[in-house]
Amino acid sequence: MFDWNWAFTWEILPRLIHATGNTLIAAGAGYAIALVLGLILALAQRSQYRALTFLVREFVEFIRSTPLLLQIFFVFYVGPQFGIRLSPWASGMIAIGLHYSCYLSEVYRGGIESVPRGQWEAATALNMTMLQTYRRVVIPQAIPSALAGMGNYLVGIFKDTPMLSVIGVAELIHTANAIGSENYRFLEPYTMVGLIFLAISLPAAGLIRVFESYVRRKLGM
Amino acid sequence: MENMSAYPQEISGENIPMVKFAKVRKAYGDLVVLDDLDLDVAAGEMVSIIGPSGSGKTTVLRMLMTLERINSGCIYVDGKPLTHMPANGALVPASERHLRKRRIDIGMCFQHFNLFPHMTALENCMEGPVQVLGLSKAEARDRTEELLEMVGMIAKMDQHPSRLSGGQQQRVAIARALAMRPKVMLFDEVTSALDPEVIGEVTNVIRQLVSEHNLTMLMVTHQMGFARDISDRVCFFYDGKIEEQGPPAELFGNPKKERTQQFLSAVKEAV
Ligand SMILES: Nc1ncnc2c1ncn2[C@@H]1O[C@H](COP(=O)(O)OP(=O)(O)OP(=O)(O)O)[C@@H](O)[C@H]1O
Ligand SMILES: [Mg+2]
Repeated sequence: MFDWNWAFTWEILPRLIHATGNTLIAAGAGYAIALVLGLILALAQRSQYRALTFLVREFVEFIRSTPLLLQIFFVFYVGPQFGIRLSPWASGMIAIGLHYSCYLSEVYRGGIESVPRGQWEAATALNMTMLQTYRRVVIPQAIPSALAGMGNYLVGIFKDTPMLSVIGVAELIHTANAIGSENYRFLEPYTMVGLIFLAISLPAAGLIRVFESYVRRKLGM
Repeated sequence: MENMSAYPQEISGENIPMVKFAKVRKAYGDLVVLDDLDLDVAAGEMVSIIGPSGSGKTTVLRMLMTLERINSGCIYVDGKPLTHMPANGALVPASERHLRKRRIDIGMCFQHFNLFPHMTALENCMEGPVQVLGLSKAEARDRTEELLEMVGMIAKMDQHPSRLSGGQQQRVAIARALAMRPKVMLFDEVTSALDPEVIGEVTNVIRQLVSEHNLTMLMVTHQMGFARDISDRVCFFYDGKIEEQGPPAELFGNPKKERTQQFLSAVKEAV
């Protein structure tokens, strides 16, 4: 019944490791997009322009209440109808980055709102501009309380990269599927993929916590 | 919108007040907090504001610091409008740009200090001069160290606020505001959040400012003895208006209005 084939495992390992690299690149690039775009969305939601605030809030709500898979399909298959023809990689990065930027914008917003009003007022009393106030006063203080949420979504984005397999991005699941159907053996590739995810997610969560306390200390909080 | 033609676009002549509130009104919904307030503060004058809780004392300072907008009237600083700006020969509500240009003359210290927790005492004080005034780090440091010396905080300048006592934080906050070289300093109950034994270290700094600097100051305080000691004038606020004002000896020694008498005797009993 249970026949684990070690020779086969070693044989497929290089391909899986290569796919792990792709998965990490996909997660990293998607996260980078989400970090930047999320901040822009968070600031837009706090702007004084009512119409902008409203539109961005609705957009964030919309993205958060529809499945990531649908958004990936949309960018890849519906995009071309609007003249936006993107590779699977580009589509995947954009979809996943966009999706997570909406979650991160909420994390940022929470962090920004945790900064007491007195800090804004002190910045005004020093005649700082809005940009200086955000950059020098508010964001440095918002980061510590946002870090936990930011870390969770980093792990979340990593675990969601398999969704990119549906449009042909050669990440771990896609590669495991390919190996499985070429060799009619699924036990080893899937098991290995599970172990690889575990081996990355677990230490990452720990590292994030270490980083969090380091940043807190560094900011003197 | 209010017709601003009754308000001059610039105050000229001799003895221009450093701060002028002209019929300033502030309301939150139906609650009128400042009721057509008129108040002139001369250059170099130290004015204390006293009065019951909710009478609008903090609001006066917040409006002058431009932390919030007024509903009508006009505030002038050094003869020029602060809350408004001239446009096509009339006064219109100030733009953010105008506010930035004009509030450079004003500094403020808060009840809860509001130091930046992620910066050391020195960095807190250098932040404005470097970021806002564009001074070099070296220039800002010279200026700041001198002030930290004055408030007796030079030895702790590399500490973050979380490592400082309330009195120490408030002294750093005073140095931070002074580092911008304002013409007008505002103090909002700067000793109210302090333990009794450290109040003196903050009031002594303010005393020193009064005797050695030619700053114009507005101070909201619950310390009647301190107000009596150092003020040129004391304003008793009641319901968003100045109920009575005068030299401290007169206002404390011989208050004319009944409400002033009631307030002062209530405060005395509490002590
Ligand atoms: N943002 C706000 N929204 C609504 N009401 C406000 C707001 N800020 C102040 N008020 C009200 O305005 C009134 C005057 O407030 P202010 O803070 O000026 O009083 P104060 O004289 O400084 O009192 P205290 O001695 O308690 O500090 C109070 O009734 C207060 O509740
Ligand atoms: Mg007050």
